[in-house]
Amino acid sequence: MLEKALVGDKKYWVWVISLMTVIGVAALFYFKQYNEGLGVTGLGRDVTWGFYIAQLTFLVGVAASAVMVVLPYYLHDYKAFAKITILGEFVAISAVTMCIAFVMVDIGQPFRALNMLLHPSPKSMLFWDTIALNGYLVLNVIISHVTLGAERQGMAPPKWIKPVIILSIPWAVSIHTVTAFLYAGLGARPFWMTAVLAPRFLASAFAAGPALLILFCLILRKVTKFDVGREPVQTLAKIVTYAMAINIFLILMEVFTAVYSGIPEHLEHFKFMYLGLEGNSTMAPWMWVSSILAVLSLIMLLNPKVRRKESLLVVACIAVFMSLWIDKGLALIVTGFVPSVLGAVPTYVPTVTELMISLGIYALGLLMVTVLYKIALSVRGQWVTKRIIETQRSPVKAGN
Amino acid sequence: MGLDRRKFFKVSGLTALGLAGGSVSKVFSGEDSLGTVAPVRPEGPLTAQRWAMVIDLRKCHEQADCNDCVTACHTTHNVPKWENPKDEVKWIWKESFEHAFHDQEHPFQQESLKHLPALVLCNHCDNPPCVRVCPTGATWKREKDGIVMMDWHRCIGCRYCVVACPYGSRSFNWRDPRPKIQKIEPDFPTRSRGVVEKCTFCEERLARGMLPACVEACKYGAMHFGDLEDPHSNVRELLSERYTIRRKPGLGTNPEVYYIV
Repeated sequence: MLEKALVGDKKYWVWVISLMTVIGVAALFYFKQYNEGLGVTGLGRDVTWGFYIAQLTFLVGVAASAVMVVLPYYLHDYKAFAKITILGEFVAISAVTMCIAFVMVDIGQPFRALNMLLHPSPKSMLFWDTIALNGYLVLNVIISHVTLGAERQGMAPPKWIKPVIILSIPWAVSIHTVTAFLYAGLGARPFWMTAVLAPRFLASAFAAGPALLILFCLILRKVTKFDVGREPVQTLAKIVTYAMAINIFLILMEVFTAVYSGIPEHLEHFKFMYLGLEGNSTMAPWMWVSSILAVLSLIMLLNPKVRRKESLLVVACIAVFMSLWIDKGLALIVTGFVPSVLGAVPTYVPTVTELMISLGIYALGLLMVTVLYKIALSVRGQWVTKRIIETQRSPVKAGN
Repeated sequence: MGLDRRKFFKVSGLTALGLAGGSVSKVFSGEDSLGTVAPVRPEGPLTAQRWAMVIDLRKCHEQADCNDCVTACHTTHNVPKWENPKDEVKWIWKESFEHAFHDQEHPFQQESLKHLPALVLCNHCDNPPCVRVCPTGATWKREKDGIVMMDWHRCIGCRYCVVACPYGSRSFNWRDPRPKIQKIEPDFPTRSRGVVEKCTFCEERLARGMLPACVEACKYGAMHFGDLEDPHSNVRELLSERYTIRRKPGLGTNPEVYYIV
């Protein structure tokens, strides 16, 4: 099916080549990092994990969110999602790949990465996260390949794929739970030592992921003739609304526990995050932007009139996505290190090298989404075109 | 202290396996200082069921300018010296009391304690969180004597152990350390960039019958090293006689470095 990604119009190729250029430039920056060591990043003794691991955390959520389309369609037979389950799965595949890439650029000896499999250590949550992420990738590759292949031939997918799809549902929950467990079980880091971390990860994932999917659906409608229709977008919008409400609720729970108990080792992290600590307020402006976007987007989404108006829904979805990206992709990891275990207040700012490598990985993810969506829509295009001739509906052409 | 030492070495001498390296005589012919430095003893490794260290901060404070233990450790182990604090690699160093004992300081603490540095190093915890999180088994607690070991060749550099250590005792090689080693000690390996390292209670010296380099270097008897499982060891007697504290005891890691304050 890959051949479908190799034909396209000029716009398609301009977009693909632009992404590849970004990836190429990022690769040069990675060579620099590889040759000189991770010292070229803003990371150091005190802030040991930063931008890379934060992107991993955020993107695991985006990947897990595919379950929000798979579950209603396969468990509740919610037909409106029929067209977009594959889009959700393709986002999942791209996001997990980005997660794995972010881990690989973060480790000091990438060529030794397979030591994790050579010397499996079941007590380490990183070992389980590796299994969870790679397993989820394999599951989604199999599921999308089989279902799209069947669709291409105009047949129902084989029966054996159903249990695999059902398995992918708890597996999606597991990837974000285990990723939360990376942080939530460390006595050294009180900021993350909260039982609500995994639920919060899931809530924010189920808001950010579907918000992104809505944006992708609407972009597809604009740049291709694939129209997802109104109902799936509206249902996704409701999912985003509930998930965002639960996410904000859980954040407030965290703030209450830290502030009311007043225990310094918990409170100081929140002070750093929202107000700044000992003159270091690198995170505070970001967190206020995140908080304002969160509240604004929720107010917008809760109002059915706003939600139903797609132009406003787009604004709300961008706000949700940005708010949660700042929260998880910027603040959550770094704040765990400020103050440090010794009570110091280090300043961490990612370097250009770090940001360029990250940009490259995001470009890689976007390239994967583009290529995979192209394949899906091309397959769909044939299928839909045939039906159009039969039913004389408005023309829907292939995604090239 | 002499009595404790003698008892300690009697026990360890009995368990000597004759595996000592050739450098024993070289080392023990050297100075005999006031601290817990070993007297000449039969060849063989130093062994214990659980190694532990007691640091007398008061003796240490009396010698505010002394840096002998740090220098001895870092030269023995080829620890690089970086100017930029974010790249620093440290096995043992002086940390202010308020940082080392973050949860035990208060604003009205005696001035001498507040700002005077405390020696910190890997605590060789009995329940080490760094070992629990390592995804490759590159760091582990040695069954026979409780030392938390490091395999620099297996370490993938994920730094999960650095994140999990509540004491900041682990260092990552953010850059190639070799150009920054002042004088390479041929008896000990250098590390490559991208791996984690830390104090190993000088397991390589213990195997050759020598005390840890820092203990040996301390001229003021501020560092004591011995077997926690032996009720007559130097460390046990100090612990039973003196008031001692450990860093972050509430976390359940059971550090094996104790402090007399």
